[in-house]
Amino acid sequence: MWRQKSKKMPVLKGYKMSEYVIETPKGKWEVIVGLEIHCQIISQSKIFSGASTEFGDDPNVNVSFVDAGMPGMLPTLNEHCVFQAVKTGLGLQAKINKYSEFSRKNYFYADMPTDYQITQFRYPIVGEGKVKIDLSDGSEKDIRIERMHIEQDAGKSIHDLSPTKSYIDLNRAGIGLMEIVTKPDFRAPEEAGAFLRKLRSILRYLKTCDGNMDEGSMRCDVNVSVRPFGTDELRTRCEMKNVNSVKFVMQAIENEAKRQIEQYENGLTVEQETRQFDPSTGQTKVMRKKEFAHDYRYFPEPDLPPLILSDEFIEKVRQDMVELPDAKKKRFIETLGLTAYDAMVICENQETADFFEKAAQGHDAKKVANWMMGDFFAMLNKKKCDIQNSPVSAENLGALVELISKDVISGKIAKDVFEIMSETGENPEKIVEEKGLKQVTDTSEIEKIIDQVIA
Amino acid sequence: MSIDQETVKRIAFLSRLSVDEDKIEATQDEFNKIMSWIENLNEIDTDHVEPLISVNDIQIKLRKDNVTDGNYREKILQNAPAAEYDYFAVPKVME
Repeated sequence: MWRQKSKKMPVLKGYKMSEYVIETPKGKWEVIVGLEIHCQIISQSKIFSGASTEFGDDPNVNVSFVDAGMPGMLPTLNEHCVFQAVKTGLGLQAKINKYSEFSRKNYFYADMPTDYQITQFRYPIVGEGKVKIDLSDGSEKDIRIERMHIEQDAGKSIHDLSPTKSYIDLNRAGIGLMEIVTKPDFRAPEEAGAFLRKLRSILRYLKTCDGNMDEGSMRCDVNVSVRPFGTDELRTRCEMKNVNSVKFVMQAIENEAKRQIEQYENGLTVEQETRQFDPSTGQTKVMRKKEFAHDYRYFPEPDLPPLILSDEFIEKVRQDMVELPDAKKKRFIETLGLTAYDAMVICENQETADFFEKAAQGHDAKKVANWMMGDFFAMLNKKKCDIQNSPVSAENLGALVELISKDVISGKIAKDVFEIMSETGENPEKIVEEKGLKQVTDTSEIEKIIDQVIA
Repeated sequence: MSIDQETVKRIAFLSRLSVDEDKIEATQDEFNKIMSWIENLNEIDTDHVEPLISVNDIQIKLRKDNVTDGNYREKILQNAPAAEYDYFAVPKVME
C-alpha cells in the first residue's frame, strides 16, 4: 500500500474515450480510480531465501528457516528477482532507479512469521512510467505508473478446513513480488479492465510474471473516489483489497462509485476505509475503518544494504528485452496491413502473435488475420484448446490461405477444408487433392464438362 | 513532546505486549524520560540530511537463483504451538 502524495488532481487532457458519467436525478458524477497490482516474480527460488517457489506443492515444504522467521536468519537477495524487476520496469517504459533500498513494514498477522514484510518504501527500484491502453472505441490512452517496488509475499491462510482454527502454509512466504502503483488516471471501469489486460500481456511477453489472477499470481487493489463531473476536486477514496479478476475489478469500481455517490447525495460523507469486494453479490463491504488502519512503522531494513545497479547490469537486462505488444501491434498494422483491432487481439498474447507471424510468412497476412479472427479462434474456443495445441498448425493455415489466394479453392470450399483440417490436422493441399475439391477456373475445361452433361 | 496514556496503550498493542492498568502510569513516565533524552537531538539541524541507512559502506551481495534450501517441514513445524495436517494451526483469524 502506498499513499498517493498529490493533493490536487488535474482534469486529464486529451481524454477521448466516450465519457463515463454516472447520472442521477440530482447530478452528474465521474469516477477516479488508481490501482495497485501485486505481481509474483517468476524465479526458481524465493527473493530472500533459497527455497523453491513451486506452486501447488504439499504445505510447508518449500520453506527455509529464513522464510519461517527463525531468529538469526539473514535474507540474501536473489539476483534474478532484481533482473526481472528491472526488465518489468523497462517494459513499463519506466525510470530504473540505480539506487534503491529495502524497508521493514511492520504488521502482525499469522501468515507473516517475521511480523514484518521486507519491502521498498522511500526508494523503489522502478520510478515513473506509462502503459498504453486500448479502448473499445478504438482510442488509446496512457496510464501513468507512479512506481514499482519489490518485496516478499506472505504465507497463505486457509480458513475453511476447521471451524475454530486457521491453517497456515508458508510455501508462498518469501516469493518475490513486484508491486506496481498507478497514478489515479482511470476515469471508467473499462479503462481499468483494459489496463489489467495490457499489463498482463506485457508481463507475459517479458516472462517476469505469469499474470494468472485466478491463481493469485497477480492481485489487484482498487482505489476509488468520485467527484461532480468536470470538477477537479479530490474526495476521500476507499480501497478494495485483492480483487481477483478483471471482471470483478470493473464491477467493484462501478458499484463502489455508485455507493459513494449515494452517500454524497443523501448528505452523508465517504469515510476513508478498506473495503472488501464480494464476488457473489458484486457489492463492497467495509473491512477496516481508518481509525483501525495499520500503523506500519516503516524503517530501513538493517539486514540488507542498499541495492545499487550498475550500468552493465541494466544493459544486460536491456539486451534481454523482447518486442512488446504495442510495438508488435504497430508493426503488424504498418507493415502487414492489419486493422488496429485485429492487430490488438492477435498481439494480446505472444503465442498468438507468433502463430500469426508463422502462418502469415509468405502469404497474404491480412487474409491470414481474418481467418484467425474468424474460423480459427472459433475452432479453438469450441475445442477449448490452447493455440499451442491447435490441431491446425500455423504452416497449414498459411497454406490454406495460399490455396484461396491462388484460386485453387473458393472461400466457401476453404471452410469445409478447414473443418477437415481441424479434425485431422492434415495439410490443406492433401485434403484438396484427395477429396477432389479443386476449383476449376479454366473456361475451356468448364465448357467440356457442360458438353458432357448435355450430351 | 509528551506521551499520553492512550499512546502507551497503543504502543503496547502494536508490540503485542500486555501492560497491566496499574503499570501504565509508570510506563508513561519511563517513555517520557526516554523521549526527553532523545529530544536533545533536536538541537541538530537535520533538515537536509538523508537518514542514515548503514554505517557500513558495503554493496549488497546478490545470490544466484538456485533452489538450495527448504524441504524440511518437520523442522519448520517443530516449534509450532500447534500443527495439523502439515499446516501451522492458529486461532481462527479472518480479515
